[in-house]
Amino acid sequence: MTILGAADSGPSCYSRFVNEWFCWQYVEDRQGQITDALVEHVLITLSALALGIAIAIPLALLARRIPRLESAVLGFSTGVYTVPSLALLPLLVPFTGLSAATVVIGLGLYALTILVRALLDGLRSVPDDVREAARGLGYGRARMLTRIEMPLALPVVMAGLRVAAVSTIALTTVGTLVSYGGLGDLIAHGVQRDFRAELLTAAVLCVVLAVVLDVLLVLLQRVLTPWTATVR
Amino acid sequence: MDGDGALMELFAETWQYLFDADSWTGGGGLVARLLEQLLLTATALAAAMLLGLPLALWLGHLGRGGFLAVNISNVGRAIPTFALLALLVAADWPGSGDFGPYGRAGLATLIALVLFALPPLITNGYVAMREVPTDVKEAADGMGMSRRQRFRRVELPLALPVVASGVRLALVQVWATATIAALVAGPGLGRIITEGFARNDYAQGMAGAVVVALVALVLEVAAAALQRAVDPMSNAASHSSSPRGVGEMSEPSTTVEEAPTGS
Repeated sequence: MTILGAADSGPSCYSRFVNEWFCWQYVEDRQGQITDALVEHVLITLSALALGIAIAIPLALLARRIPRLESAVLGFSTGVYTVPSLALLPLLVPFTGLSAATVVIGLGLYALTILVRALLDGLRSVPDDVREAARGLGYGRARMLTRIEMPLALPVVMAGLRVAAVSTIALTTVGTLVSYGGLGDLIAHGVQRDFRAELLTAAVLCVVLAVVLDVLLVLLQRVLTPWTATVR
Repeated sequence: MDGDGALMELFAETWQYLFDADSWTGGGGLVARLLEQLLLTATALAAAMLLGLPLALWLGHLGRGGFLAVNISNVGRAIPTFALLALLVAADWPGSGDFGPYGRAGLATLIALVLFALPPLITNGYVAMREVPTDVKEAADGMGMSRRQRFRRVELPLALPVVASGVRLALVQVWATATIAALVAGPGLGRIITEGFARNDYAQGMAGAVVVALVALVLEVAAAALQRAVDPMSNAASHSSSPRGVGEMSEPSTTVEEAPTGS
């Protein structure tokens, strides 16, 4: 049926003989496959970011108390960031196998290194006189952190989260090494088969995803820190 | 890959691979791939510095084009290196042909490496020049320096530490991208990793990853040492000939220095 239809209208724009870069027909015909890859991409990215945030917050709070831990954390994060993603994933494979967990943990580590730094910078950016004023008003340590320090550190922390989110979206494609790369799997397949429409569609979707996530985070920041809106 | 036994076996095999002379020699061996990737990295970094630094320093000196110079890093971060490499390889030009000593898809890889090295170089170069304190520039003018003298003898030395940290970020980025080139069957050490995974030879994949990671750390440490060496303030401090209070200026801005690159 489809073969007959294709024969009637000539080769489609993604056939091997035409192989066009832009081909809407491809997007329509492979909608399910593209959606699956897109969903996997988003899930891996969000899990990695969630993992990074979950570890970064307690780590940053601890490191702030213990100066020796802080320099260790900063040294470790420089080290992790220096290791290329294509080398980090194989190093995790013995522990997690060829699974999505490998990609999530690897990317979570990268996100963690950015987020810990952002949290430490953010908390350091809180003016000392604000802290003293809060202490004078009778704020205890916990309430000071949640009511005073965290909100004031938020702009710096959100800037870090945006960097982490955008680079995690891009890095997820490398997960194709263990066959869990979301849109990266489409790119890898596109390169192997010289399938231009598939390749370009996946690449464009990656960039679109990054932009969308970045815009969402900017909006979230506006909602969370309404007092900065007037300054900008 | 389940159970401690299999895990230990994999580590043992990786160890064996790393200490087997055969895995280092020959056409696709570790030495050949390592040299290939070092050559790629050096070429791309040099080309990117020649292209990007004069532009960034000049823009920073004039104080123009700041929006572009600062945001180019964000754009670079959003584009997956793998996707760009794939597009270059699948296109009619540069394609996947051999390119001299740079191996298969050498030209496509070099172009991608240069493109991804540019954002940190340009952003840091621009910010470095902008961060030279205005009163220092005014003092230079007051001493009767020409614009050119001010640029070469005052602004450039003060900007050097932040410029150097941009070079360091670019180096890390280039090394990472050169590794990813293997995902499009390009040159470099990443091929040891991808070939290992393609043949279900995880020991080889691990061994390749260990070498890539170790060289990356060595390069980073060397770059950090180089960065300290070019810092005029740290030199001045050790010679103790600089007037007091100047040291404050050399504190690099943490936001620029620590902005990580997507790799």
